[in-house]
Amino acid sequence: MSGKGKNAPRGASLWVPRLFIGISALFAAVMLILPLAVVLTEAFSSGLQVFLRAVSDIYARKALFLTLEATAASVFLNTVFGLAAAWVVTRYSFAGKGVLTTLIDIPFAVSPVIAGMIFILTFGRLSWLHPVLEEHGIRIVFATPGIILATVFVTIPFVAREVIPVLEARGTDEEQAAVLMGAGFFTIFRRVTFPHIRWALLYSVILCAARAMGEFGAVSVVSGHLRGKTNTLPLHVEILYSEYQFTAAFAVSSLLVAGAVIILTARNIVEFAARKEDSLNVH
Amino acid sequence: MRARGKKAIIPGFGCSMGLTVAFVSLLILIPMASIVLEATRLGLSGFVRTVTDARVLAGYRVSFTCAFAAALLNCFFGLLLAWVLVRYRFPGRRLMDGLIELPFALPTAVAGIALTALYSDKGWIGSLFAPAGIKIAYAQAGIIIALTFVTIPFVVRTVQPVLEQLDKSYEEAGRILGASKTRIFFRIVFPEITPALLTGFGLAFARALGEYGSVVFIAGNMPFKTEIAPLLIMSKLEGFSYGEATAVALVMLAASFVIMFCINRVQAHASGFAGEL
Repeated sequence: MSGKGKNAPRGASLWVPRLFIGISALFAAVMLILPLAVVLTEAFSSGLQVFLRAVSDIYARKALFLTLEATAASVFLNTVFGLAAAWVVTRYSFAGKGVLTTLIDIPFAVSPVIAGMIFILTFGRLSWLHPVLEEHGIRIVFATPGIILATVFVTIPFVAREVIPVLEARGTDEEQAAVLMGAGFFTIFRRVTFPHIRWALLYSVILCAARAMGEFGAVSVVSGHLRGKTNTLPLHVEILYSEYQFTAAFAVSSLLVAGAVIILTARNIVEFAARKEDSLNVH
Repeated sequence: MRARGKKAIIPGFGCSMGLTVAFVSLLILIPMASIVLEATRLGLSGFVRTVTDARVLAGYRVSFTCAFAAALLNCFFGLLLAWVLVRYRFPGRRLMDGLIELPFALPTAVAGIALTALYSDKGWIGSLFAPAGIKIAYAQAGIIIALTFVTIPFVVRTVQPVLEQLDKSYEEAGRILGASKTRIFFRIVFPEITPALLTGFGLAFARALGEYGSVVFIAGNMPFKTEIAPLLIMSKLEGFSYGEATAVALVMLAASFVIMFCINRVQAHASGFAGEL
C-alpha cells in the first residue's frame, strides 16, 4: 500500500500545518498581544502629559516603592528557604520527607484570596495573637508586614520546586567525594553544587519576582487599601480604575507591562543559555 | 530528627533542616492552622448553613463552571500551540514560544482591566459582538475569557516537553503501515501525551478556581450570575464575618486538594508506565 501523503499534491500536505499555525497565531495575537496593546494605547490616549502626571504621582511612586520592597523580600527569603529546602530534601533521607514536600507546594494549591485570609485569621483583630501584638505595638494586618508576608507566602514554592528536580537528577556522588577529600559545607555548596543549579535558580528567581510584583488577591485582602501606606502598584491600579480614572489606571499598568516584558525577556534569555550549556555538557 | 543512611556524611543537615522547618512552620503551618481553628469556632451547623446559602451555592456554580470551561478551552488551544511550536518551523515561532508565559509575568489586575477594555461593548473585540446582542464583559463569557488568559501556560508547558521527547519511529511505523495522519495522531501520539494533557488541565482548573484579580474587573460581580466564590470570601472578610469566609474557603480548599491529589495520581500512573518500558 502506498502512503496517501506522498501521492497527494504538495499543496494539500501544506494545508494542515498552515491552518494550525494560522489558528495558533490568531489565538496568540488575540489572547496575548491585544491585551498588551490595549494597555499601551489607553495609557497614552490622553497624551504624554497625562501619562507622565499619572506615573509620577506621589501615591504611584509610593506604591511602586512598596511593590519593590515586597518583591525584594519575597525573592530574598524564598531563595534562602528554597535552597535550604532543596538541599534537605535531596541530600538526606529522613522521616516525613513526603509531608515536607507536600507542605511546600500548598501555596500553589490555595487561592490568593485564601492566602490573604489566613494571615488575617492569624494576626487580625479576632486572633488570639492580637492582644499580644497590640501590647507591643506591632501591626501586621493592614500594614506593610502583612503585605510582605502575603507576598512571600504565595511565592514559597517557586525556588524549591525548580531546584529540587535538578539536584535530584544530579545525585549526591560529587558531594560525597568532596566530603571525603575534606571539603566543608560552604566549599561543597559553592564549588560542587551551585554550578549545577545556577540556571534553575536564576530561572526560578525570575518567576518568583514576576509573581511577587503582580500579586493582587492575597495582598488586596491584607492591605486594607490605605493609600500611600499599604498600596502596591496592582492595588493602585485597582483604586484608580474604580475611581473612573481610566487613563491613569492604564498609565500605571503600563509600568507593570514594562516589568512583565523585561521579566519575559530575561526568562527567555536564561532558558536559552541553560539549554545551550546543557547541550554542550551532553555532547 | 536525624538524617539516616549513607547520605548522612554530607555536612549541613542541622542548619538546612532547621531553616526549612522554621520557615515552613511560621509561614505555612501556623497560618493554615488558623483556618482549622476558625472552623472549629464556627461549628458544623454554622459551616453547613453558610455553604448551603443560595448566594454561596451560586458562587460555587459560577466558579466551577467557568474554571472548567477555561481549562477545557486551554486543553484544545494549549495542545494546538504545543504541537505547532514543536512540530513546525515558521517565522515568529520563537516570539510565540516566548510569549506563552506572559500571563504569569503580567499582574492579574492589569490583565483584568486590559481584558475588560477589550471586551466591553465599546472595546476593540466587544464592539464586534455587541451588534449581534452578544455581551462578553460583565457576563460569564468574560469570566471564562479572563480565566483562559491566566491559565494559558499550563497545558502548553506540560504537553510541549512530552511532544519534544516523543520517539518519532512509532509514527513512522504507523505511516509505513498505511495509517492516515489523523489516525496516527489519535492512536499513537495522543495516548502518549494524555497524562501531560490531564496534568495541564488539572493545574489550569485549580488555578482558575482560585483566580481573583483578573476576574473581578471583567465579571461585573452580580450576585447569582457573575459572582465568583473567591469574591464571596473577599466580601465576607471585608464585612469582618471571618467565620463565614472560612466556611466558603474550606470548600474551595477541599476542591483544590482533590484536584492536586488527582494530578499526583495521574503522574504516578504515567511514570509507572514509563518505568515498565
